[in-house]
Order: sequence, then structure tokens, then C-alpha cells
Amino acid sequence: MYWQRKDLLGLKDLTVEEINLILDTAVPMKEIIGRKIKKTPTLRGRSVVTLFYENSTRTRSSFDLAAKYLSADTIGLAAASSSVAKGESLRDTGLTLNAMGVDVVVLRHPASGAAEYLARYVPAAVINAGDGTHEHPTQALLDLFTIREKKGSITGLKVCIVGDIMHSRVARSNIWGLTKLGAEVRVVGPATLMPPDIEQMGAKVYTDLAQALEGVDVVNVLRIQLERQQQGLFPSLREYSRLYGINQARLELTKPDALILHPGPMNRGVEIDPQVAYGSRSVINEQVTNGVAVRMALLYLLTGGEYNAIPH
Amino acid sequence: MQYLIKNGLVVDPVNETMSELDILVKDGVIAEMAQNIQAEEAIIIDAKDCYVCPGLLDMHVHLREPGYEYKEDIESGTRAAAMGGFTAVACMPNTNPVADTAAVINHIIERSARLGAVRVYPIGALTKGSLGKELTEMADLKAAGAVALSDDGQPVMDAGMMYRVMQYAGMLGLTVVSHCEDLSLAAGGSMNEGAVATMLGLKGIPNVAEEVMVARDILLAESTGCALHLAHISTAGSVRLVRQAKARGVRVTAEATPHHFSLTEEAVLGYNTNAKVNPPLRRQEDVAAVQEGLRDGTIDVIATDHAPHAYHEKDVEFPYAPNGLIGLETAVGLVFSQLVQPGILTVPKAIAKLCSNPRKILNLPGGQLIPGGVADITIIDPELSEVVDPAKLQSKSKNTPFVRWKLTGLPTLTMVAGQPVMQARRLLK
Ligand SMILES: [Zn+2]
Repeated sequence: MYWQRKDLLGLKDLTVEEINLILDTAVPMKEIIGRKIKKTPTLRGRSVVTLFYENSTRTRSSFDLAAKYLSADTIGLAAASSSVAKGESLRDTGLTLNAMGVDVVVLRHPASGAAEYLARYVPAAVINAGDGTHEHPTQALLDLFTIREKKGSITGLKVCIVGDIMHSRVARSNIWGLTKLGAEVRVVGPATLMPPDIEQMGAKVYTDLAQALEGVDVVNVLRIQLERQQQGLFPSLREYSRLYGINQARLELTKPDALILHPGPMNRGVEIDPQVAYGSRSVINEQVTNGVAVRMALLYLLTGGEYNAIPH
Repeated sequence: MQYLIKNGLVVDPVNETMSELDILVKDGVIAEMAQNIQAEEAIIIDAKDCYVCPGLLDMHVHLREPGYEYKEDIESGTRAAAMGGFTAVACMPNTNPVADTAAVINHIIERSARLGAVRVYPIGALTKGSLGKELTEMADLKAAGAVALSDDGQPVMDAGMMYRVMQYAGMLGLTVVSHCEDLSLAAGGSMNEGAVATMLGLKGIPNVAEEVMVARDILLAESTGCALHLAHISTAGSVRLVRQAKARGVRVTAEATPHHFSLTEEAVLGYNTNAKVNPPLRRQEDVAAVQEGLRDGTIDVIATDHAPHAYHEKDVEFPYAPNGLIGLETAVGLVFSQLVQPGILTVPKAIAKLCSNPRKILNLPGGQLIPGGVADITIIDPELSEVVDPAKLQSKSKNTPFVRWKLTGLPTLTMVAGQPVMQARRLLK
């Protein structure tokens, strides 16, 4: 199996084989992160730009470290939000980076479809680091990697995604990835935060948390944004927490060995109880490590690798 | 100059008949309609196997002049109309400045008389600046030549304001053309609400955002007695509401666009900004309902909502692109390919929706070919095919989702006041 795509825009279009290739490639990459000297010459002489039109220290530093561990040259560009609002500059910015000889552009952008748009105009590889409410493929890949690492396989697992499904690109990418790998995906949240017809993406829809958690192997807890309450999409954090907060008592409904995931940063005490977040089933910190590994794998594959195969 | 249109099938959309007749055009009027006319001096136009129709009128176009001439202007817009088989267009007032005073209406009429390839009928604004706050001087607009009133592009959100608009316009005998969209329900949406929007991560506009306003405006029309015309209805629910209102005698008419009877929301896949339009492209069941509404007469008019935007405006991330697509040059082809050939509309019924019905709504004469009448004529060849090529379009803007579509059934003559402006798919002006 060889990697053939120019870009990574989302999980919707990836094949099972492609997803597995990324996850398999991330295994040796994770090993590098565990070393004392975290540096391989793999991407020496290659350049990676992180182009972020939205703040995200987490995702950005994860990509940055991933590139550095592979010896790529990296620069970060934070684009002014005013030019974004006018929608003028993305194409030109892309062409400029291209003219500077950039190999990979990692794009975070508030508009859905922005990564696909940019990828049309630049020969460089584009990695979607989150576009609007569309996809966040690297987050989903690190979730898949974490689940696979802990459970051995994803096939047949029941995974429950809890929270603001409507605005979550993490949820969308997870649904594509998990269902492709054979998991049953449930989404649960208030009706006002549930996008219409999401069952057509292959997820089962719940508004009752207890029903949704019944017998699941994995709970993926999404961050709830206070902003949504201000938009009148739910009445209060208090009520949200009462209906959809993940606490110890509710975990009783899941399988005894169920994993707890959260893309971070957490609102402790709102969508997730601290006891759960730091409890024995939580893999939230490992997700962060795995995020770097998965991103190393992607940078490696998208820049051609040695032979497009797994490094040993 | 005399023209003799021979061997065509003359369409009478008012009586829904077709007959083989020759038409002699002399000094801008129809001199004679009969079989086998002989006229030595006349230039012969052979219309064998073609439909000879009264000149088509598109009652919903945006010519963008004054103010946005980089998108389109009266000259380019009317050339596109002529190419599309339209002998007349009614243009919406969302220009800059808004056509909310007699001065702007006069300007459009004067420019059109000088530069227009076809007739232009301006539509005035309902409220000053189309802001929904104050009535325009409607009598003045009417005196200047406005044929109807609309705040198209912007709904009048305040029901009390719309009530007064209809009372006042009704008093003056002017039709109110309503853009039905409840902004609180449409809020920030950039395509139809549903599975495709969910998948693409785009905020959706639900059907009910249109239907709530259709229902409201129908009730206001019923209460005030004002003639109400609903622009670009797009949902099954809207069609049902109009059907019910007509059945109980409300003075309501409705239009549908070629894109709403030809395309579904799936045209947006790949973040195609040329398929970003308001109201958005809907689901298959809505497309079917619009087609059924056209078939059973619930929808009176086919209008294009020709909305040109410059390439750079559409060449952006999807949520930032403006709404709208061009339609003048593809309308007839879509009507024939999507409605006439599949048997949804007969030719006279289709022509009525493109010709006599809009004139009735705008209180304009014409819409029928009769001896002594003005020679505004469109000829359509139902067998002629063309592949849509943006490079060949007359419109300044090229924002069409129908690129590479093969359309069969195209206009081959557009004649205004006895003068051909388009013939054999070539502009003559
Ligand atoms: Zn409109």
C-alpha cells in the first residue's frame, strides 16, 4: 500500500486502507517521541507552514513538534482575522507560500471547505487542521489511533460522541473514520445542537444520554462552548451539565472497561467531571501524545517518505 | 424593414393553442398573420419546425446598474436577455443607490432606451433603501415607470410594515413582489438545511424560513386585497400554501426559477459557490413539488432571478461567497429540457409562464401575437442543442452552475419592435 494523495482534507474520502496506513505509520512515529533524542532526519530539507486563521495552541504546537521531530523546517503564520472576514486572502496567501517553496501547508480556518479550496490552488500538500464545522481529520485519526491502541481493534466497538454535534468538526471526522473501520457510532446531545439528518452519515442519534451510553466501549466527550448558550441554543451550563455532563455515575451505564476521550481543552465540571477526566479510564493525555505521532505519520506520507512505506 | 416569418408553429399562450401561420412584420408591428403569405420585399425568416412565440419576458433579473457595473450593466444584461430569447426584462431595485426614487427609475429607463438590446421595465423599492422602515413614494415611482414594487434580496421583516406596504401599493394598483425569507430562521445559513449541509459542515437554511413568510404574506394580501407576487418559491410547503391560497381566492401569484426546478442541494457538493443561491437549492421532493406546482398552475411564472457576480467574488471560501447565479441565457434551454420534453408542461403553458403571465402580473400589454400588435417575437427551435460554455455567455459574469450542461430547445430569434436583436444564435447589436 502506497500513499497517493496530495492532501489530507477529511476522512470522508479516505479508504479503510488509507486510514490504516496512517495509523500503522504512526506506530513507529510514537516510538520516536519516547526516545531521549527526538529527532530523525526523515524530513530534512522539507518545509512545513502552519497557517492558522483561528487560535489553537494545542493543534498548532502538535503539528509544529511533529514537523520538528522529523527535522523539517517550520514556520507558523497567524493570519489576521479581518482579512478572513472579507475572504480575500486565502488563495493569494497560498500562492505566496507556494512561491516560497513550501512543501506542506497545515491550515486551520473558520470556513468549512477552506482546506479543499486552498488545495485546488497550491501544489503543496494541504493538511486540514480544522475547517469551520466541516472536518478535523487529524483529531479523528488520533482518536482512532488511541482507541485501536487500547482496544486492539475498532471493528465492532460501540462509540458514543457526546455534546455539541452541530458545531463539531471532530464529531464529523470521527463518524466517518469510526464507521469506515466498523464501529457503531452514537451521537447524543440537545436537539438544538444536533445537525439535521446526521443519521445519513451513519450515526445513531440520541437525545437521552443514558440510552446513548448503554453498553458503549468508548465515550468521546466534546467541548461545549459557552458561546452557544449566548446564541440561545441551550438554556444554561447548569442544565447542560445536568443532562449531558459525563460523571462517574453515568459511566456505570457503559462497559466496565470503556475509554474516555476528550479533544480538549476541557471545561471541567461542565461536560466532564474532574473525577472522570483524571480517572483510570481516561486516555485524554495519551491522546495528546498520539496526536503528535499521527501528525508525524501524515507529514511523512504526504512528503513522499522514503518509499512511502513505514520507517523502521 | 419587413420580415416574413414562415412555416412556424405560432404559439398563443393565452388561449393555449398553436397554429401553423406565417407572420408578416412591417414597421415594427405585425401586419398580417395567415397561411402562405407572400411578400416580395420582406426578408424571409424560416421557422420550420420551430415555435413562434410572443416575446418572452423575464420578470426577475438583476441588471446591477447603477452601482455594480463590474458585475453587469444594462447593456450586457440586456444582451444576455436577447441571447436568451427575452424581448423584455423587469429589473430588481437592489442597485446602488436603491431604485427607491423616481430619479433612479428615470435613470434606468433612459439608459435602457439608449443602450438596451431589449425592453427594460424597472421595479421600484417597497421601502426606502429597502431597509424595511419607511414607505417609498410609490405613486411617484409608478409615474416614473416602475411596473411593480419589491425589496428583493431583503425581506420586509416587520409584519406591520408589510401590512402598510400592501395597503398603500394596493391603493395604487401596484403588485408587491415579495422575497420570502424569515431572517431569524435563515440566520447565517449558506445552503439548504439537511444531510448535505450537515456533511459539509455548512449552516443550513430550513424550508420553514421561506414558508413562514409565504404564509404571512398570503394572510396580509388576503387582508389588504393587494396583489401579491411571490418571488422564487422553492419548497414543497410554499407550493402547498400558494395552492391553498389560490383556492380560496387570494390575489396571489408565484414564480419559480429554472435552477429550483432543475437542481438539488447536491449541486453544492465540492463547495461549488456557483450553486450558492438564495433561496438555496433544495431537496428532490421540493424540486418535484415545484415542477408539480408549475404543471398544475399553482406557479404562474418562470423567472430567472439572474444574479450576476464577478469571478473574484465567487472565488472564495464557500461561506464568504455571495448568493446568486446567472440565468438569462440558460432559461429557455432548461425549460425545454427539464419541463417540456419530459411532458411536465405543454409548449403553450411553458410560454405562458415566460410571456403572458408575467405581463398580466405587471399590468403590461402584449403577451399575444395579434395583427396590429407590436412585433416582439421569440422563435424557439425545440431540436437545437448547445453545451453551456461560460466563455460564450454575454453576461459580464459567468456564475452559472450549468457549465457543460447540454440544453436542447433554444431560442433562434429575438425580435423587439420588429427588429431582430438575436438571430441564429448570434447577437445583431
Ligand atoms: Zn430574492
